[in-house]
Formats: sequence, structure tokens, C-alpha cells
Amino acid sequence: MSVLALRGWLLAEVPHSKTQARCQRVFISWLAFKRNPVAMIGLLIITSLIAVALLAPWITASDALEPDLANRLQPPGREHWFGTDGLGRDILDRIIWGSRITLYIVGLVSIIVVPIGLVIGIVAGYIGGWVDTVLMRLTDIFLAFPRLILAMALVAALGPGLENAVLAIALTTWSPFARIARAEALTIRNSDFILAARMQGVSTAGILRRHVAPLCMSSVIVRLTLDMAGIILTAAGLGFLGLGAQPPTPEWGAMISLGRQYLIDQWWVPTMPGIAILVVSLGFNLLGDGLRDVFDPKSGS
Amino acid sequence: MVRASSLKAAGSGLALPSRLVKISGVIASLIMTFVGLTAITFTIGRVMPADPVLAIVGDRASQEVYDQVFLQLGLDKPIYIQYLKYLGQLLQGDLGTSIMTAQPVAEDILRFFPATLELATVATLLGVFVGIPMGVFAAVKQGRWPDHVVRIISLIGYSAPIFWLGMIALLIFYANLGWVAGPGRLDVFYDSIVEPVSGILILDAAMAGEWEIFHNAIAHLILPASILGTFALAYIARMTRSFMLDQLSQEYVLTARVKGIPEWRVIWGHAFRNVLVQLITIIGLTYASLLEGSVLTETIFSWPGIGLYITNSLFNNDMNAVLGGTIVVGVCFVGINMLSDLLYKLVDPRVR
Repeated sequence: MSVLALRGWLLAEVPHSKTQARCQRVFISWLAFKRNPVAMIGLLIITSLIAVALLAPWITASDALEPDLANRLQPPGREHWFGTDGLGRDILDRIIWGSRITLYIVGLVSIIVVPIGLVIGIVAGYIGGWVDTVLMRLTDIFLAFPRLILAMALVAALGPGLENAVLAIALTTWSPFARIARAEALTIRNSDFILAARMQGVSTAGILRRHVAPLCMSSVIVRLTLDMAGIILTAAGLGFLGLGAQPPTPEWGAMISLGRQYLIDQWWVPTMPGIAILVVSLGFNLLGDGLRDVFDPKSGS
Repeated sequence: MVRASSLKAAGSGLALPSRLVKISGVIASLIMTFVGLTAITFTIGRVMPADPVLAIVGDRASQEVYDQVFLQLGLDKPIYIQYLKYLGQLLQGDLGTSIMTAQPVAEDILRFFPATLELATVATLLGVFVGIPMGVFAAVKQGRWPDHVVRIISLIGYSAPIFWLGMIALLIFYANLGWVAGPGRLDVFYDSIVEPVSGILILDAAMAGEWEIFHNAIAHLILPASILGTFALAYIARMTRSFMLDQLSQEYVLTARVKGIPEWRVIWGHAFRNVLVQLITIIGLTYASLLEGSVLTETIFSWPGIGLYITNSLFNNDMNAVLGGTIVVGVCFVGINMLSDLLYKLVDPRVR
């Protein structure tokens, strides 16, 4: 199919199949998204992050773990673009390998947080009554907690480590998703198509899974993208405090913590990983802003 | 999101009773949240460790000490009795004893808290006095370069890891330029001259008339407060901008302009006045999050506040201190949030 024909198929007035209709929706959103230069920068940053993480074995010269004491604390230059750290490891290589850890953290947190928030939210919103009251009280309690301190206390009890940090972050992150899903479910529950499905004898679980949940996804995804930056910053903070990933893992926050002693004379050691964190969380913020403008133009400022 | 839903829920009604209902509702949810918070700290402290006694006494303690602590914690009783006992102790202000300082945790926290309060207050004030004008300016110049500049600044404020920002700021302004004093609250030779009355050093120094110390304290305070304030600034500027945009598109603004009222009065006298109440909530939220967010800043600047106390306790495996600190920060956080929410509901006639 030529590009032009594909475009015509995607923009046809009347879609002929379910697949076509779905592709059209994605394509039209994409057209709106593409017009937003700031969001495109965000998308570029995040796709680069993913590409770098995937290509790590081929674009790095070292495994970023093995010390090379002959080359300690080299300043940025042709040999080592971002310099080397206190053990002579190439900082750029460590940042590249660290991008996998960043993606691992945000991925794992999302996998835990979205289903929990979604289930609690749509059950509360769709069923209503005392179920709603109980679930939302629970959500409000978690919503009201100070995130970083609670995560710190949790990690202190569970023991430092990447997985425990992820668990602690997830436990303090799911509540906004429940709120959003509930709000969406409330607006959907009295729609005609839900009534139609009910009269066809679809079970409540079936309605929630096949009709309500899919319609909540777009706002949940927007919120998730906007929350990514916060998740990354919290994880980096925990790593910096020594509660997250442990050395020699090239987690960016832990790298800053290790580089702290070299700040005055070898500024690049703690500075470079910080720039990486800044760029990635900026990318998620920009992307999230853009997605919100596309999916939910009313709430955008 | 809490606000959006409560906004809808708050319908019209008789003024006084509905206010009472709202206040009691807020108090009820405050209690619920407190119970939830303590349930979590209880779980972290007593249920999650495989052996809570061992976590407190350490593995070198004798069997006698072990048994004593075991009974002291009431571990022979069912879990809900243990929780109720724990709650009772908390309500009496008993947070346990710190292993690190061998003092009651509550007393430790009282000593460390003013430093955090000082830092967070100054940071919030910076955020308010810089962020609000920035936000208003951006809204007035919507779509033009000042708007973009404000947007970029606030995006960076959102995205930068605060501990890293603090380190870079120390490198530039302390190590290289020498404009500010280094980590800590005072230079060493000024230490413990001023009697701590409020614990807030700049107040104490000013009241004692020790101006040299006052200046030194400011020199130490300004950098960590600015770093911590970056987030406040970003958030406040962004929210001010969007609130102002809402107002500036209203018809009363057009009317005022048509009547020939000078533009600065339209902006500050008409539009901004209507934004003020919404801003109170935002400022409250910011203040609460800064009390919490100061943990990382305090670590970087060796600022002897509650955040540093919690992190230090954490590394010494001093769970009583960690959880005590968590509860105190949590209660302040929840309290301020609810207070600003309540204030908003009581002050704004549109919500009332």
C-alpha cells in the first residue's frame, strides 16, 4: 500500500472495520500530538532513552563495573566524553547502562501501580455505595501521605535494594490512579452502552473489564507519564541516600552519591549523572504535558 | 483531585450548618488518615521485621534484655491490642527511645524540628514572592517569550533532582564564588552562643541582638532555602499562571478594561484578587511538601533538621527514631493539607 493510500485509509470518513477505526483514532491523536513541538521534544528524549537502553551492549566500550585504577578521575575529553569516576570507570558508559535501571524502575512501578489503581478506581466508581466509600477512604489515606519519607521508612524496614525501593515507591504512588479511574467510571456508568451491555447479560466483571477499563486508560496513561518524572526523582533520591540500588550498580542517584566526594575538584563525576536524571525527567514531563493536551484538552492550561 | 471532587460535592445550603458539616467532615478524615498512618508505621516497625525485638536490642543483647523488651513491646498479646497500645503511647507523645541518642525520640524531634521549619518557611516564602509575580507575568504575556521563559524555568524546577541541584549550587556559589556560607547552620565559632528560645536561629539571633550571628545564619540559610524553594517556585508559578489565565478570560475583566481602568489595576486589583483564595491552597500544599522534601536538601547541606535526623537514624538502624520522625512529618503534612483545604472551603464564597 502506498503512503498516500494508507493516509486515505487512516483518514476515511467512514471506517469499514474495527481495526480501521482503532488505527484512525491513534492516527488522528498522533496528528494533533505532532503539532506540539514541546511534546515532540519529550517524545524524542524518551525514545532516545529507550534506544540507548536497548543498544547499551553495542554503544559502550566497557561493562561499566570493572575498575580501571590507572585511569581514575580523567576529565571529560576525547577518550572519555563524560570523564571517568573514582574507580576509573567511564561515566558515559555507566550512564548508558544506568538507563536500563531507570527504565526497569519506571516499568516495574507502572506494572504494579496501574492495575491496582485501575481496579480499585473502577470498582469504586461503577459499584458505588459503601464499596465506593470504603475504597475511596483508603485511597485518600494513601493520597495524604508524604511519599518520600514513607518510602524511606519502608525501605529501612525491608532493607536497602532496588526491588524494595520500587515496592516502596509503588505503595505510595497508586492512589492518584484510583482517583482518576473512579472519576472516569462515574461518568461512564450511566451511559446507554453500559445499559445495553447489561441487558445483554454481560456480567459486572465483564462490563468493568471490557467496557469501563478501556475508557479509563487514556487518562491513566497521561497521568502515568506525568508521574514518571516524580517516580524517577524519588528513585534517584532513594539511590542517593543509599537505600536504592547498591554499588557497583550504575544507578544514577547512587552514582551522584558516590561522586559527591569529588565535587570540588572533579566536578564532572557527580554532575553528569545528575544531568541524565534532569533530561529524562524533563522528557517525561514534556511528553506528559503533550499527551494531556491531546487526550484531555479541557484540563490543559 | 481531592479538591475537584469536594468542589462538586459542596453544594449550596444554609451557611452555618453546612460549614459545621464540612469542618466535622475534615476532622473525621483527619482522624482516619492518622489511624491509617499509624497503622502503616506500626506495620513497618512491629510486623515487618522478622524479629522486632532483635531490631531494637541488636544481636549482642543478653536473653534478659531480650525478654524485657519482648514484654515491653507487648509482643505476647494479640496484634490489635499491640496496635491500640502503640496508638495510646503515640497520643501521649511517647515515640519511644532513640538508640542513637539514648533520648526520647519526641525530645530529639523537638530539638531538630525548628531547623526544618525555618528552612521550609523561608523556602516557601521565596517561592511565593518570586513564583506569584512570575506566574502573573506569564499569564499576562501568554504565548509570548516571558511565558515561555517561565514555563521552562518551572519545568526545570519540576524535573531537576533536588540533591543534585544543591550540590551544584554549593560548588558554584560557595566553593567557586564564595558568595554564601557552606553547609551547616552557622560557622563553627558562632556555635551555641545564642540561647535557643524558639529554635529558629534567625529569630533567636535577632531577638538576642546578635546581629553578627544573624548575618552568618542568613548566609548559611539562603542557599539551601533557595534550592528547596525551586520546587515551590516552579509549582506556584505554574498554578498562578493557569489560575490567572482563567480569570483574565472572564467577562468582568473585559468590562473593567472597557471602563478604562488602568491595566495594572485590572490585573492586580480585579483578576488577582479572585485568584488569591485558590493560591492559599496551593501555598499550603507546597509548604507541606517542602517539610517533607527537605530530607534530601538537609542531607546535602548538613542542615540539622528532622530530615537529617531521620536519615542518620536510618543508617544507625534506629527504627524508633525513623518511625517517630515519619509520624511527625506525616501528621504535619496531613494537617497542613487539610487545613488549607478547609480554609479554601470556608473563605471562598464560590465554594461556600
